Amino acid sequence: MSVVEHFPILTVAISLLSAFTIFVAGWINKKSCVFISIATLIAQFLMSMAILNHVMTKESIHYWLGGWKPPWGIEYVVDPLNAYILVILLFLALFCAIYSKRSIEHELPHKIASFYTIYQLLIAGLCGVTVTGDIFNMYVFIEITCLSSYALIASRGKIALKASFTYLVLGSIGACFFLLGIGFLYSVTGSLNMHDLSLLLPPLYGNKAVMAAFVFFIVGLSIKMALFPLHTWLPDAHAFAPSEISAMLSGIIIEVSTYAFIRIAFAVFTVNFIKLLPIFDILCWIAATAIIIGSILAITQLNLKRMLAYSSVAHMGYIVLAMGLSISATSYPWGGLTPALMHILNHALMKGCLFLVAGMFIYKADLWYVTYFRGLGRKMPYTCAAFVIAAISMIGVPPSVGFVSKLYIILASLEAKKFVFVAIMLLSSLLNLIYFWRVIEMMYMKREEGAGNSHASYSYKDEIPLSMLVPIWILSSLCIIMGILWLTKIPIPILNKVNAMFGLVVI
Amino acid sequence: MELLIEKIFAKYNYWIFIIIMSIGFYAIIVKNNLIKKIIGLNIFQTAIFLFFISLGAVKGGTAPIVSEEMIAKGYVYVNPLPNVLILTAIVVAVATTAVALSLIIRMYEEYGTIEEDEIIEKSEEKEVKWK
Repeated sequence: MSVVEHFPILTVAISLLSAFTIFVAGWINKKSCVFISIATLIAQFLMSMAILNHVMTKESIHYWLGGWKPPWGIEYVVDPLNAYILVILLFLALFCAIYSKRSIEHELPHKIASFYTIYQLLIAGLCGVTVTGDIFNMYVFIEITCLSSYALIASRGKIALKASFTYLVLGSIGACFFLLGIGFLYSVTGSLNMHDLSLLLPPLYGNKAVMAAFVFFIVGLSIKMALFPLHTWLPDAHAFAPSEISAMLSGIIIEVSTYAFIRIAFAVFTVNFIKLLPIFDILCWIAATAIIIGSILAITQLNLKRMLAYSSVAHMGYIVLAMGLSISATSYPWGGLTPALMHILNHALMKGCLFLVAGMFIYKADLWYVTYFRGLGRKMPYTCAAFVIAAISMIGVPPSVGFVSKLYIILASLEAKKFVFVAIMLLSSLLNLIYFWRVIEMMYMKREEGAGNSHASYSYKDEIPLSMLVPIWILSSLCIIMGILWLTKIPIPILNKVNAMFGLVVI
Repeated sequence: MELLIEKIFAKYNYWIFIIIMSIGFYAIIVKNNLIKKIIGLNIFQTAIFLFFISLGAVKGGTAPIVSEEMIAKGYVYVNPLPNVLILTAIVVAVATTAVALSLIIRMYEEYGTIEEDEIIEKSEEKEVKWK
């Protein structure tokens, strides 16, 4: 057994360990918390890269907890899909942690130790959801993730409390539905291991309990991933959380729920089961509605973070639409899950960057509303430039990441002969342009009003903290670099392995 | 008709679970008081726990500490796995309730009420001022 095979459990374990270390270290020295957190995340990120390398060059990792054989014990399985998600999640978490050093000192000076403790618990939960191969274990880790995110959202107090409470009630209902789905599957198969379930289920595909279980999984996880009619918790929670948590919520937490859905739909139930029911066609239409309504609601918002939150609703629609098309579009390179997984990475980069920039405006001048952004392009040139790069990626200007994922989704819907979705993708690009252009116009085109205006004369800090600017610039430059990499098809083999694993695309 | 009644009563545990779950769900949706909402959530979760427990139950089953000869004599035992799962799920539910109650306390300090409509009203006022 090579060392790499221990890494899946280690990513979860050292995160938990550092959570408690931070809590103790916080009593002695508050400044040490952030460094312990960053050091842990760097170690985890390096581990996840090693895992990805191992999975791509050799074979999937199967780790038996406590040495118990799979159908009885808990098993951690890492295949290309997990490894890919794990790298994305730890990458963004690392940059959010670096960014949070200054902003947490500014926003929550009395809660530094508890913030990083809960932040590490959140990472542990997310890693756990990603690496586990046991369906009940996944439920527990989803709950760890959500419980820590409720606490983190509420940390700013005031309106955030209400937002967090709404998320808590809806999130718990979602988790309960997930648990109920597990119960139904357990009652017909008597197993909880995902691989074991996928072997036991095929003879039972006609069973009503299995179908009900699938529907419960869909509804439960749709709440967690804020799919359109169930998105009501998202805008407030994203808008009033601390900015780095907004970036994590939007870039990672709802994406990991999508991962959980992909894992359950394709690895527990298989493509053969999905083809029995018209459920993915319905999901496509729900996603299309999400794209249009999310974009329209984003246009109506003046609060920048709330606007970005509604835009997240629309972009979750993109991911679900791409996933819904995955069984009907099957030719290389846009077939299968490729566009959906591609957009998970792309959305993490773009939204991560945008939310961090929005946090920068709040950090520097307490600017929440787009109407006060006059002349900001001159005052904070580097930040605004990063915002513009991420915004044009969202709109889909080539060669940015947004362009590539939109191109792939459009090609997939052309292959599936669902031309309506092509029109919806183009329309949504237009709507994206409307709401981002308004912000960019405010920043660069409108001159400041006279010096007598109270909003124009806010205190102006000269230096932009480097520890905040570097993560923003790395994310925004990756928006372009990854776009070029996707176009040259260098990272596509990872996604192809995923498609081959689920029997979606045959090259 | 008789067959239908027989069907209903044969699986009465599932019907009870569905009824309790609906009561909990109703409370979450309808109640205005945040504490009552959380009580509703707890009822909802408990219904699911009962569903799991009744899955593992066997009529006349003993505790699952058995030897070969006891099975040979015809003893039946309860499936322990759902009970173990529910122990974990109860811990999760307790943690959720704890977080929810602490949020309610903080909201009470902030707004002076735990009625949802009043909180929404006051938070909207605050947001308008913020602009």
